[in-house]
Order: sequence, then structure tokens, then C-alpha cells
Amino acid sequence: MSNLEKFRQEARAWLEENCPHSMRTPVKGFDDFYSGGRKPKMEHPDQKRWCDRMAERGWTVPHWPKKYGGGGLDNEEVKILQQEMARIGARRPLDSFGISMLGPALLHFGSEEQKLEHLPKIVRGEIRWCQGYSEPNAGSDLASLATRAEDKGDHYVINGQKIWTSYADLCDWIFCLVRTDNTGSKHEGISFVLFDMDQPGVTVRPIKLISGSSPFCETFFDNAIAYKKNLIGEEGKGWTIAKYLLTHEREMISGFGAAPKKSVGQVAVETLGADVTGRLANSVLRQTIAQYQLDTLAFGATMARVGDEAKAGQGLGAASSIFKYYGTELNKRRNELNLATLGEAALGWDGDCYHGGYLSRDWLRSKGNSIEGGTSEVQLNIIAKRVLGLPDA
Amino acid sequence: MALVLNEEQLMLKDAAAGFLAQKATVAHLRALRDSGSARGFSDEVWAEMVEMGWAGIAIPEAFGGLGYGYIGLGLLLEQAGRNLSASPLQATVLVAAAVIGELGSAQQKEQLLAAIAAGESLVSLALQEGLHHAPLNCAATAVRDGADFVINGGKVLVQDATAAQSFIVIVRTGGNPGEEPGLSAFVVDANARGLRVEPRSMVDSRSAGALVLENVRVPAADLLGREGHAWPGLSRALDIANIGLASELLGISTAAFERTVAYLKERKQFGRVIGTFQGLQHRAAELFAELELARSIVLQALHAIDEGTQDLALLASAAKAKLCEVAQRATNEAIQMHGGIGMTDEHEIGFFIKRARVAQHTFGDYNYHLDRFALRSGF
Repeated sequence: MSNLEKFRQEARAWLEENCPHSMRTPVKGFDDFYSGGRKPKMEHPDQKRWCDRMAERGWTVPHWPKKYGGGGLDNEEVKILQQEMARIGARRPLDSFGISMLGPALLHFGSEEQKLEHLPKIVRGEIRWCQGYSEPNAGSDLASLATRAEDKGDHYVINGQKIWTSYADLCDWIFCLVRTDNTGSKHEGISFVLFDMDQPGVTVRPIKLISGSSPFCETFFDNAIAYKKNLIGEEGKGWTIAKYLLTHEREMISGFGAAPKKSVGQVAVETLGADVTGRLANSVLRQTIAQYQLDTLAFGATMARVGDEAKAGQGLGAASSIFKYYGTELNKRRNELNLATLGEAALGWDGDCYHGGYLSRDWLRSKGNSIEGGTSEVQLNIIAKRVLGLPDA
Repeated sequence: MALVLNEEQLMLKDAAAGFLAQKATVAHLRALRDSGSARGFSDEVWAEMVEMGWAGIAIPEAFGGLGYGYIGLGLLLEQAGRNLSASPLQATVLVAAAVIGELGSAQQKEQLLAAIAAGESLVSLALQEGLHHAPLNCAATAVRDGADFVINGGKVLVQDATAAQSFIVIVRTGGNPGEEPGLSAFVVDANARGLRVEPRSMVDSRSAGALVLENVRVPAADLLGREGHAWPGLSRALDIANIGLASELLGISTAAFERTVAYLKERKQFGRVIGTFQGLQHRAAELFAELELARSIVLQALHAIDEGTQDLALLASAAKAKLCEVAQRATNEAIQMHGGIGMTDEHEIGFFIKRARVAQHTFGDYNYHLDRFALRSGF
């Protein structure tokens, strides 16, 4: 038996024994993911139990090295583990910004000491992280951020305000862009620091969105303290790390453009009916849906092509720069078509007959997709300048 | 199979790009047009293409071809689109060979495909009758008379009509217009008695024409496939043809776009190059995104022909519809962004929009294929 086959059998047996049955059900929407932390939010106590068991083997982040608490698995083994989890319908035990955002940055830019300090706590779900990037006057123009960090020897004193901090009210630590120097150009003098949110100088206020939910917060710093041992990379060179992470974030958000399980066209036929030839009864709506589904198919083919090109060592194609722009615009189109197709049922806000109003809430939430992580307009600027080489004004 | 080109395919692409950029450019197309060439392409350049094996690129080795599959032919067509190269690649290599491959008996394939692969035979499909692609509306007829069939009817938009040595003529041997059963395909010699070829000058300067068939007598042996059962194979061949046209449209659109972006970096107004204006930058960036999606769907559709694993009809209509949309936008923007110079015959950009519209229309335009894509998707 090959080593991989042996690994598969062991993983299968272990998962069978250790995955609670309640964790073999699909998650119900965004709020049902488990993100850990000192004040974990849970729909079911098994979520923490499942996370702890997986973390013990490093399988919450199976591809990270063992010395940082990860599973130390290679790509083939990770794939097998995912297949075995999928086989029994096991949920991902832990979803967090620590895994998807800070971890990759630490692995790339952090010192050995910083990796040993922070990565294992991410793997175990002990510390939940949020991202301190945008400010009220630094949105699309992120590099103009003004939150100050004053050098006080072994630590910085931080004053300023962040906005759109995802789940800051539930998070323990923040990775934050601060200005340590404002004498040079705006891209210089930015530093990337980590600090504990549980201190008197940090105040968090959730922001209620048009969709009714509050996934984002305003975060205020009034003489908050960040220790220098938690400065990542060099002082004043944080913009490089910020850009690296923005790329990660954009790839994550562009995933929203993937095709839904049941196509919009099928839902429309079930709702509005078809003529004898099988065509959707409303021909105007039919054309709009067909255009959306055609673009979704082509977008999916593009994601696959870029992935295959990367694997074949042909480098990331120029196509990757369009993902964030196109994926989010597609998601907005899909949500508008849900409204057009389902009519009154998609306009409900609350109550059983509207399934809690998730259609209208998702629709409203989707408007933010083309704003967060760099607006569509900023993406088009990037394509025009970096890919097409069109000159600056 | 992964959606990337392997080494062999990359080499083919580079070789084709080099050859066409030297031998069959827009300047050559202009010269052909201005010389009033009836054939619409250069026999010398075609002979070199045959020499390189292009005539049999997608034809299986068993029938004398190279067996590179449709990914290979798609690459050639894309490069031909980039350079607006006129040749029998579309009419004979792409379309006629696909129809013969789908409908022909083993013996017919051995004979007809081998002749195409060797560059000895130019064949063209005669299908369309009205203003639009509507294959089931075929009204031309073939009636059995002893050991022969007698064909009557008219066809339009037959590619390379004056150069072709024979035609594959789609007719009814039964059924009524609108129905699938009853369609048949015949190989008809260009010199057959009762067949008249009327050259038609088209906007793309390529050679096309109309056929008038009056009591054309063909032996039953020249029936391709079974009498009255041509539709399934013809339908699949048309899917292949449309994916090939989508490849050509990808090349046309990409080249028109690249020329336009280059112009934006060069043309000065208000004291600076116009490519600095955000109003133009965003339109160019959006078009770039559309072109990347177009490239992906074409590659997926080409793969589907070679592998035969996916819903070919759905992917063919998806690829053709998307490329019609993108080519229309790319060529319209090309004219607009070139401004006044783009309206002149002297500038080359106008040739792209002209060939694009004919390729878009051929075997079904955007409206036809978006409707078909929706039907195949269940709505």
C-alpha cells in the first residue's frame, strides 16, 4: 500500500471516530462558521469540540508546518484530507482571518519568534484576528491612512480610527496599518503592527448595514499600545505587506462570483413558467438571465484556466487581475436577478414566509462586494495601468 | 485535460503567428481586395499552409491528417483572425472536413478527408437559404430518380464559392421546413450540370457566393450518411464550425484591442496622450476583462470537441454568443477610440470590424446562439 493510501485510511478512521454528527451538516449562512477566539460565538457547542480535536492534529490548518502548530501535510495529503472530510460531509472546523489573511503574511514576512508566538494560537482557534486597514478618509486611497503610531522605546502609542473592521466586536487581536512616519511619500512610513484589542485604549462600535446585519465595526484608538516585538517586517515598510494581503483578500471575495447550485434560469422557469418550446415566459427577463449565466460560465472557465496555468508553471496569467472586479459584479447581477425573478418573495425583510428575509438581505449585502477590498473602479485603474500599461494622467 | 496549452501547441501557435504575420497580413488582404481577386485568397500562401500540414491539422492520422485535434486548428484560426488572413482554413479545413467527419461513411472519409488533408480538394458547405442561419428551415429538395437524386433549390453565403471544387449541399429528401427528420447532405461537383455559382461581393472582402441548383443530378453514392438522417451529425459539425469561428473572432477581437491600446498610448490631444484619460482607461480595462473571459470559454469549447465529454451544443453556443458579443464591442470601440482616422479606408482597423461581422453572422449570430444557450440551459 502506498504511503498516501495509508494516510487516507488513517484519516478516514480518525475522522469517522472524532467528527461529531452535528458537524456533518452544512453550515447555515455566514454566521454559522466557527471562528474561535476568547469569546467564541457558537450555534452549537460541538463547534468548539470539533475545532479542538482537529487542532490537536494541526488539521485546522493542515498545510502549515508542524513547528507552528499546523498539520505539516503536503499538497497531496491536504487534498486527501479534504476528500475524506467531504466524504462524511464534515464542516471546516475553523474559519478565520488568522488562517486566511494574517497567517500567510506572517509566514512570508514574520520573524521566527513572531511565527512561533502567533501561528499556533491561530491553529488552535485561541485568538481571533481582525484587520485594521480602512479609515474614514482612507478607503480606495488606502495609502493616505493617518492613524499615528508614536515611538516610545519598546512600544508604540497609537491614536486614530479604523473603519470597516470585520467582526472587531468578536475579535481579540488586530493586525493594523499605522503611520510611523509622515515625512516621505504616502506609501512610505506605513508600518504593520499587531496588538491586543483587550486594553483601555481600544473602543469598538458595530456598524449596522443596509442589510440589517453588522459584520463591520468602527474601531477607535486612544493611546492604545502596540509592543515593538509585534512589528512585522521593517518599520515604515508595511505597505508591501498590505499589498500582499489585499491580493489575498481580493481572491477570496472574487469567489462570490461562482455559479449557484440551482441556476437562476431554472428558478425562473419554476417561478414564472415556460412556453411550449421550453422558453421562459418573460422574454426580456430570459435574455438578461441568459447573459448572466453565459458570463458566469465564462468566468468559471477563467478561474479554471488561471489555476491550470499556474500549475503548469506558466505564471499567473494577466487574467487574475480581473477576478475581483468581474466576480463581484457578477454577484450583484445574480442578486438583482433573484429580485426580478422572485418578486414579492425577495422583498420581504423578516418572518417565516420570507425565510427571514435572506434574499433581500443578501441582495443588499452584495452591493458592498464591489466596494470592499478595493472598489471596481480601483480594479479598473489597476488593470489599465499595470496590465495595459496606460500612462498616469 | 487542463485548460493550458502544452509545449507542442505553444510551438504550433508561435510558428503560425510568425508565418501569418509575414505572409498573410491585413496589407495582403487589402491587396487581394484591390486586385479584384475572385478567389479571395492567395494560392501560393495556401500551398505553403498545406506544406506545413495545416489542411489536415484536425483530421485523424488514419485519414492522412496530422491528428492535432481542434485545439490545434483553433490556434491556427485564432492567429488567422489576428492577421485577417484569408485562406480555405475556415470553409474547407474547419467546416467541410467536420461535416464529412460526422456524416461520411468510412470509405467517403478515406477518400474525401485524405484529399482535403493533402490540399488537393477545396470543399464548402452550402446550407443557408434565407437572411439568417436557420438550418431546419432548409427548403431545397432532392428527389430520387433511379440510381440518382435530382436537386433543386438555392443557397447563400457559401464561403469560397468560386474556389471550391465541390460543395456539400444540404437538402430535404423528406419532412417539412422546421423539422429535423428528412434532411440529407450531398457532395456536388462544382462543375455539375444545372449548378450555377454566383459570386457575391461581401463586406469582409472574402470570397462568398450564392448557388442556384436547377435539376442537378447526383449519383446516390454521393449522399453523405443516411438519407433523411443528416441532422444529428450536421448539428454537431455546426457546433464545431461555430467554435472554430469563435476562435477566429477571439483573434480578431484581441488584435483590434491591442492595436487600439497602442493607439491610446500614442495619440495626443489636449497636450497629452489620450490613454491618460480615465474615461478611456476604464472602457479599455472592461474590454480586457471580457477578452479574458472570451479566451477561457473558447479554450473550454475546443477541449470539449477533442474530448467529447461535455455538452458540446451548450458550449458551442456559449462560445459563439460570447465571442459575438465581445467582438462587436471590441471592434466598435476600436473605431470609436481611433477617432476620425478609424473611419478611413487607409487605416487598417476598419478591416477588423468588417471581417468580424461576417464571422459573427456565419452559422448563427449572437441572438441565435444566446437563445440556443438558454434553451440548452433549461429556460
